[in-house]
Amino acid sequence: MSEPLLNVTGLTMRFGGLVAVDGVNLSADTGRITALIGPNGAGKTTIFNCLTGFYKPTSGELSLSHPTRGKVSLQTLPGYQVARHGVVRTFQNIRLFPRMTVLENLLVAQHVGLMRKSVLGVAGLLGLKGWRTAQKEAIERARFWINRLDLAAVANEEAGNLSYGMQRRVEIARAMNTDPLLLCLDEPAAGLNPRETAALGELLQGIRAEFGIGILLIEHDMKLVMGISDHIHVVEYGRKIAEGTPEQIRTDERVIKAYLGEPDEEELPAVVAADIAEVAAGEGDRV
Amino acid sequence: MATVALPTRLKDAAIAAGLALVLAIPFIGLFTVSTDQGLVVNSRWSWVAWAVGLVFAGRLLLGAGRDALAARANRKNNEHIDLTNHHKNNRILRGIAIGFVVFIVPVFFLIYGGASGIQIILALVICLLIGFFLDILGGFVLPALKKVDRSSVGTRLTRAFMVAALLFAVTLPFMPYSDRYIIDLGTTVLIYILLGLGLNVTVGLAGLLDLGFVAFYAIGAYSFALLSKFFGLDFWVCLPLSGLIAAGFGVLLSLPILRLRGDYLAIVTLGFGEITRIVILNWQGLTGGPNGVSGIPRPGLFGLSFERRPPEGMVSFHEVTGIGFSGEHRLMFLYLIVLALVCLAAWVINRLRALPVGRAWEALREDEIACRSLGINPTASKVSAYAIGGMMGGFAGCFFAARQGFVSPESFGFIESALILAIVVLGGMGSQVGVVIAALFIVMLPELGREFADYRMIVFGLAMITIMVWRPGGLLSTRVPTVKLDQKGA
Ligand SMILES: Nc1ncnc2c1ncn2[C@@H]1O[C@H](COP(=O)(O)OP(=O)(O)O)[C@@H](O)[C@H]1O
Ligand SMILES: [Mg+2]
Repeated sequence: MSEPLLNVTGLTMRFGGLVAVDGVNLSADTGRITALIGPNGAGKTTIFNCLTGFYKPTSGELSLSHPTRGKVSLQTLPGYQVARHGVVRTFQNIRLFPRMTVLENLLVAQHVGLMRKSVLGVAGLLGLKGWRTAQKEAIERARFWINRLDLAAVANEEAGNLSYGMQRRVEIARAMNTDPLLLCLDEPAAGLNPRETAALGELLQGIRAEFGIGILLIEHDMKLVMGISDHIHVVEYGRKIAEGTPEQIRTDERVIKAYLGEPDEEELPAVVAADIAEVAAGEGDRV
Repeated sequence: MATVALPTRLKDAAIAAGLALVLAIPFIGLFTVSTDQGLVVNSRWSWVAWAVGLVFAGRLLLGAGRDALAARANRKNNEHIDLTNHHKNNRILRGIAIGFVVFIVPVFFLIYGGASGIQIILALVICLLIGFFLDILGGFVLPALKKVDRSSVGTRLTRAFMVAALLFAVTLPFMPYSDRYIIDLGTTVLIYILLGLGLNVTVGLAGLLDLGFVAFYAIGAYSFALLSKFFGLDFWVCLPLSGLIAAGFGVLLSLPILRLRGDYLAIVTLGFGEITRIVILNWQGLTGGPNGVSGIPRPGLFGLSFERRPPEGMVSFHEVTGIGFSGEHRLMFLYLIVLALVCLAAWVINRLRALPVGRAWEALREDEIACRSLGINPTASKVSAYAIGGMMGGFAGCFFAARQGFVSPESFGFIESALILAIVVLGGMGSQVGVVIAALFIVMLPELGREFADYRMIVFGLAMITIMVWRPGGLLSTRVPTVKLDQKGA
């Protein structure tokens, strides 16, 4: 069996005395949606922060099998280099460039390639033909994702003025404009209504099918997770407590206990508990 | 929905009139006469009333004219003009542009031209007509040029305003009313515009505070002064060198502050400005210390000198052209040099904004963490922002040295940094047109208030406070997008 796209082994992250992530192993592969679930404070976002170069993990190996660059240890790269190797994320609290337009947000995401094609700005400053072509291509690529995520009507609006749901979509479109290998989404359905959530599920499945990239998904919405994931990892108190297909997770004793057992830990205990109970009872309709 | 209701128009006009009142009271309402008992402040409130009334009427008229035009455009191509929000901003923008022309120019004539009341009112009316004409011109001519995308009215107007301003600036030294004083003042304004454009890159675009920007100005000035003193290099060689040296110091400054934010960034940049000045002050052997460097050569034009007696190896301008010698020619020439520098800087920065370098600056200002998550190296963005900003400061410094023929540390105190920062903040962070307007305002206001002698800085301060209360985001706080998506087939 060949190496998966991303292979995390023994990831540990300590903040002073607090062990936020404790020896977690997980993997994600191209063409698959891998979900990472667990109660609030379980350490999911911290795993993302380690993965995408925002934290230096205390220990552990984050190994990426890059199609051209071979095996890359993500934890050894400078933070901004992770995205250049194809691992791109969105944020739990949306982080757009609020005073720039949607189109500009997507063009910023193409920075690395454009910077090269503008020869550090010189060719761009002189308005050379090569640069103009590159710029047109960049705009067309942005246009593709703007249309794909149904943002055409607001393409020239400042991103900060958009509705919450739209901002989430802009963030995904922006991440896709970096041409990633692995798209890491941190609670993309948070704050979305059921219809928007359903559309998100379809979108992610579409991206997986069409572009064959890997998706790593942190999500609380159990219907969504159970509906679209190929593989699920469950963490609690920084430790991985289970992994498997949605069917396996749905019936896992420890998972059910983790979700139902500590309602005080939950931000949305009632909702999540209801979701998981519903799913556990096999009533959850697939998205 | 392009037409705006009458009450809105009235309110709009009232706001303009209110602003007119605030400005007119000190500048038009009060004046001093010297009598046997010394200086006496007299008032002429009727003039103030006239000015306010005119602005009110003019603003209303303008609004009505705009509405009529917009309605016509609407009828013509049933295209929907949405975003009432933008319209509001455009109105404000127009208000500033026109209010500016309406005010500063006539007041200027009033005080320095010794014009009579009738002439002032005439000037006001002419200015209003010019503003109105520009407004219409912007509406008709610019969209007709196919190259210009059908952008918002505000963009078109800004463009029209810029063209008019450029025309005004280029022709200024050749106008009959331009004497030494006006050309000199114009040169000062342009130096501050250049400085403002430079600081605008660091502070306005990249969002990195710099309280020591004057350091680059000083470094540019001393680079030229010392290169010419020790190596005999002339202005045109030193100009790019000064820029490069200042940019180098920009890189140097950016390194220790890469991880700093907020207060810490403020303190370190402030320190950089002061350290530069103090080093210059104390390094007697190189910089001449408090005595400065004098005898800096004046710039020539392709080997032509503007001096009465040209230096060795140069021919004088007045001999070659056969025009009689006049000290004003040199001033005009200096003015045109700095004008060209400003245009070049504005053009380059405007282009950079639409290039990955500039977009990364703005993205950095908006959210550094998001930048990193997209593979942008924030360090590179910060370093380049300080370098390019510093380079503009260096150009301004080199020119300053050439103009004065003398530099000393006195010219580069903290107050200069504060003034340049005020230009950027007042103009609206990131806006180049804003920098131009604010520089005019900040340089001319104390000049206009000279009659108030010691009180002029108070008037200046009050005017600044009024503006910042009125528009906390600066005069032009609407950001103009660098690129627009044309809706294909929609
Ligand atoms: N930078 C940090 N410093 C200290 N503690 C942190 C930091 N980031 C996260 N934590 C802690 O790590 C734990 C896991 O947080 P997080 O990864 O955000 O959880 P999740 O995303 O699963 O809800 C929490 O207890 C949180 O307080
Ligand atoms: Mg989280």
